[in-house]
Amino acid sequence: MRRSVLPVLWVVLAILVVWYVAAIPMNVREVLTQAERGGAQVWGGTAAERQERSALALVARNPGVAMAGWSQERPRLPVPHQVAVELWQSTVGEEVFGRRGFVQTGEFSNRSLITHAGITLGATVVGFLIGTAAGVLLAIGIVHNRAMDMSVMPWAVISQTVPIVALAPMIVVVLNSVGVQGLLPKAVISAYLSFFPVVVGMVKGLRAPDRMQLDQMHTWNAGTGDTLRKLRLPASVPYLFASLKVAIAAALVGTIVGELPVQRGGLGARMLAGSYYGQTVQIWAALLMAAVLAAGLVGLVGWLERRTLRAMGGAA
Amino acid sequence: MSPDGSAQMANAASLSRTAGPVIEAQGVNLVFQTADGPVQALRDVSLSVAKGEFVSFIGPSGCGKTTLLRCVAALETPSSGRLTVNGMDPDAARKARAYGYVFQAAGLYPWRTIAGNIRLPLEIMGFPRAEQDARVDRVLRLVDLAGFGRKYPWQLSGGMQQRASIARALAFDADILLMDEPFGALDEIVRDRLNEELLGLWARTGKTTLFVTHSIPEAVYLSTKIVVMSPRPGRITDIIDSPLPRERPLDIRESPEFLAVAHRVREGLRAGHIEV
Repeated sequence: MRRSVLPVLWVVLAILVVWYVAAIPMNVREVLTQAERGGAQVWGGTAAERQERSALALVARNPGVAMAGWSQERPRLPVPHQVAVELWQSTVGEEVFGRRGFVQTGEFSNRSLITHAGITLGATVVGFLIGTAAGVLLAIGIVHNRAMDMSVMPWAVISQTVPIVALAPMIVVVLNSVGVQGLLPKAVISAYLSFFPVVVGMVKGLRAPDRMQLDQMHTWNAGTGDTLRKLRLPASVPYLFASLKVAIAAALVGTIVGELPVQRGGLGARMLAGSYYGQTVQIWAALLMAAVLAAGLVGLVGWLERRTLRAMGGAA
Repeated sequence: MSPDGSAQMANAASLSRTAGPVIEAQGVNLVFQTADGPVQALRDVSLSVAKGEFVSFIGPSGCGKTTLLRCVAALETPSSGRLTVNGMDPDAARKARAYGYVFQAAGLYPWRTIAGNIRLPLEIMGFPRAEQDARVDRVLRLVDLAGFGRKYPWQLSGGMQQRASIARALAFDADILLMDEPFGALDEIVRDRLNEELLGLWARTGKTTLFVTHSIPEAVYLSTKIVVMSPRPGRITDIIDSPLPRERPLDIRESPEFLAVAHRVREGLRAGHIEV
């Protein structure tokens, strides 16, 4: 654990450096336009002419002015400290000091990223559980039934080739027309994305026992149910957890995509609202929140995995 | 299957056993259909094993010794000929728990303790919990693993794992023990020791034992009867009734009688090769 801290820190540092450097040319046109409005002389001709020039050239010829790219109100690319400030204000700032915050009202503010993350988390967890259950059941069916083995897998693969961004609004609209709203449509989309890695991993896991182990079961006159419960399922546990880590991340993506057309809260809704109003800092803050959520969920699955494998007599 | 019902079946099996040989094969043939055409794995195998015998099957790879054992265990079905186990069809005998089977690999489940592994067949067969515990304790002592029940397989050496695997095969009290090169993956020193222990175990339990091996000294040291087999097609070339006494210290392997039997086995193996 401790040995991995330093390499991770170095990578984070490298990302921050690249991020700050990239923000200057990304934001330079807007910076120059604003400086011009303020009466400053800038190199590169009129705004229309500047569109024809390369961003790097604009930075090189206007070195002093271009540095304002790190402190714009609505930058094309916000810099890390802007995102960090926004993240702080829309979580702790909002809840502790805000008029509608937790400290004042006893409820989480509807403008707070904590509320939105909670909405997303709920749908993600429900979708993940549905997807995992469906994936495990399908895998059991595939392993025990030849017809399912031949038929289900191709459809499962095809299901994942349909772009979820195109499918999600349709699922939301169709479910809405039969009166299903709120968390469930999002959970369905999230389950749709998360069942697939579970099916693939569990089919491999359930088939992990070799010929000898199956023969051995046969010599004890064990039925299909006994072989499943006492051999196939325990043998598939390491495969299951590998799949669950992929599935939980996919479930989060599914929920966020499902929140885009609904606009009733959630990190997805926050991101889309931010893009409507050009609030790039808000988008990035929601994005970072989603990343933190994903890391937490994957970490939780990893912790469960270690506990389970230790309880199953793991050597490590 | 209820434990009571199967116990009755096992009793019926032991009644029929007193009437004749425990295992009887008459003109057994087995042909595998493969992509390259049919392969004759066993040709005209006839053999009779009496209660309490220790029978070794020896021969080069592909001679059908493992296949024959698998036929007895109803893991393969002969294409023709007659094969009975305890006077029954092999599959009926399997369902009546006539035998315990020890594979070349110990095949212990890494997620179960040693006791849990031995308990596994007992759980499947529906023994009551208290009896499971009693049986696990008894067979652990029998193979000299008392006190290791709560260890996991990876904490034990290869030899100890194979002893646990033998304990598991003995746990449900089948009166036939089928062993397919159980010590094949172990080094010679461990193997010698386990051979000696297996003889002791056999003497104490009186199980009819069928033992597949590659090793001539192992076969001669352990067996009351040695079946020499040869490949393509798999068949029996010689059946030797051992003149050695039942009580066998390790140094019996330097006695003239032992060497004479080993010589005859070697001759049988060579004859099988010249014929091909």
